[in-house]
Amino acid sequence: MLTIAKLTIGEAARRRVLWILVILAAVAVSLTAWGVSSLITAAREHGVTELDTKFAVSQVLIFIAFMFGFVLVMTAAFFGSPAIATDLESGIAQAMLARPLRRSSYLLGRWLGLAIVIVGYAAVSGFLAIGVVGAISGYLPPDPLLPVAYLAGQALVLLSLTVLLSTRLPPIAGGAIAVVAYGLAWMAGVLGKIGIAIGTTTLIGVSDASRFLLPTDALWQGVVYGLEPAFVISAGEGQFVARSSPFFASSGPAPAIVAWAVIWVVLVLALAVAQLRRREL
Amino acid sequence: MIRMPRLSLDLPAIETTDLRKRYGAVDALAGLTMTVGRGEVFGFLGPNGAGKTTTVKLLLGLARPTAGSGKVLGAPLGDLQTRRKVGYLPELFRYQPWLKAREVLTLHAELMGMPGARRRPAADEALHLVGLADRAGDLVAKFSKGMQQRLGLGAALLGEPALVVLDEPTSALDPVGRVDVRGIVRTAADRGAAVFLNSHLLSEVEQVCDRVAIIDHGRVVASGELDDVLGQAETQIRVTGLSPSDLSAIERFGTPTLEGDLLAIRPMAAADVPDLVAQLVSMGVRVFEVRSGRSSLEQRFLELVARDRPPAGTPSAPRLR
Repeated sequence: MLTIAKLTIGEAARRRVLWILVILAAVAVSLTAWGVSSLITAAREHGVTELDTKFAVSQVLIFIAFMFGFVLVMTAAFFGSPAIATDLESGIAQAMLARPLRRSSYLLGRWLGLAIVIVGYAAVSGFLAIGVVGAISGYLPPDPLLPVAYLAGQALVLLSLTVLLSTRLPPIAGGAIAVVAYGLAWMAGVLGKIGIAIGTTTLIGVSDASRFLLPTDALWQGVVYGLEPAFVISAGEGQFVARSSPFFASSGPAPAIVAWAVIWVVLVLALAVAQLRRREL
Repeated sequence: MIRMPRLSLDLPAIETTDLRKRYGAVDALAGLTMTVGRGEVFGFLGPNGAGKTTTVKLLLGLARPTAGSGKVLGAPLGDLQTRRKVGYLPELFRYQPWLKAREVLTLHAELMGMPGARRRPAADEALHLVGLADRAGDLVAKFSKGMQQRLGLGAALLGEPALVVLDEPTSALDPVGRVDVRGIVRTAADRGAAVFLNSHLLSEVEQVCDRVAIIDHGRVVASGELDDVLGQAETQIRVTGLSPSDLSAIERFGTPTLEGDLLAIRPMAAADVPDLVAQLVSMGVRVFEVRSGRSSLEQRFLELVARDRPPAGTPSAPRLR
């Protein structure tokens, strides 16, 4: 498994994927720095209070996290959907699997290699963005590790799903299904928040079912919660507008749903291994 | 020099019993029973879609049989550890285009479980064997199809495996490359490896194989020593002045048949040809041309696979699989 993981990371490096991700991270962090710096300058010029400025910076940070999370999820889908399918279509996998290499080791090695690249990208970009914003504005989230971990978790969920689909479907089909599923799960999460705000059990049920099927939205809640200053949480908790917004979270995801996300990844990978084992090469 | 564990020479390299594979309604393999011994070059022949590649995939554990059983190097089909001693060149030979040739082989050496210190020397040795020593540091992406097939052959021969399975090993090679492959196959057999050569290039098989099996519609239609499959030698003589009633006079040479001006005697040893010609001349027969030999593998192959096959395009012609 480690041989295949190493090979996968090597492939990302040789195919210049790593360099592209580094450049993209640098561009994103530079733009973030420029945007936050402009915001701080404008706020000071207009005499905005320190607290309001802090609120604005936290909101910008959450919005950046949303955009970055989307990019990260797309990256995971682009990486995962061809991971197995392309190797099988080209015949590269057959040459390797005729060796004493278990299909489970091959699949999990591919997943692990891609997961390391994605988590690395999330960590570098996430911590750099949070650090740069902190240096410019003075605002640092209470626990910077938490939002970055949840962002990476979202991407790992999508990576696992696309790797599963890749055992049976061509890359484009697998990628498209995963992206649509992610979008639907996010929308179900928004509906669920509205359901909670107005007390509608149907919408809450839709959201819960969606989180069970694809737990990305629950992890997004963790990203938002991890980036908010404490005063925003206490101020927004009783407000309908805040409670129904996908960019506000009065609490992090319940430990049960985080545990389910981990179990979900394990189950999906187990299913992917079973699918690949059954497949005639 | 990397040496893989030697197995008992008594143990067949491949042994299958009534091996079957069904894909939906199609019988890709309809009961294959065969044995391939150590140190033997075994030619596995058949037209496109006959079940050759299916057989290879079953032997290597890439596909599972629907019924029947088989052993490779004494272990059941699909046994993981046995694959350490098996080299395989797939029909669709593709290797990571972003790796260098040597890196592809060191990767395969690692997957074989070869100790780290041995991988590079083994890779270099294999590259030398297939004529790619001077391209060891080049990316596979820059290789022609022929060079990629040579690389695949190198991967199959890496670490001196006990069984080498080659699926159409010369499909992308030029004539020089084909001659090289014949030499490489014989060298592997001489050191004790069994070579399972899956091909429809009959001249290639004829020149290098000890035994052959001809497969069609998933069934073996002929198998054995090359001489047995090709049949005994025959003599063909173009003559005039010979009538069917005269044939009894030359039956001591073999079984004669006369079609028009072509007299065929089968079987017949080439050493008897001068006596036969003298006999015919003494009978007043005029002799114009004498040809002595045996059917080529191609002739025999066509006889075997075409006899129950209607001409292409007719409604009952079998579909290609």
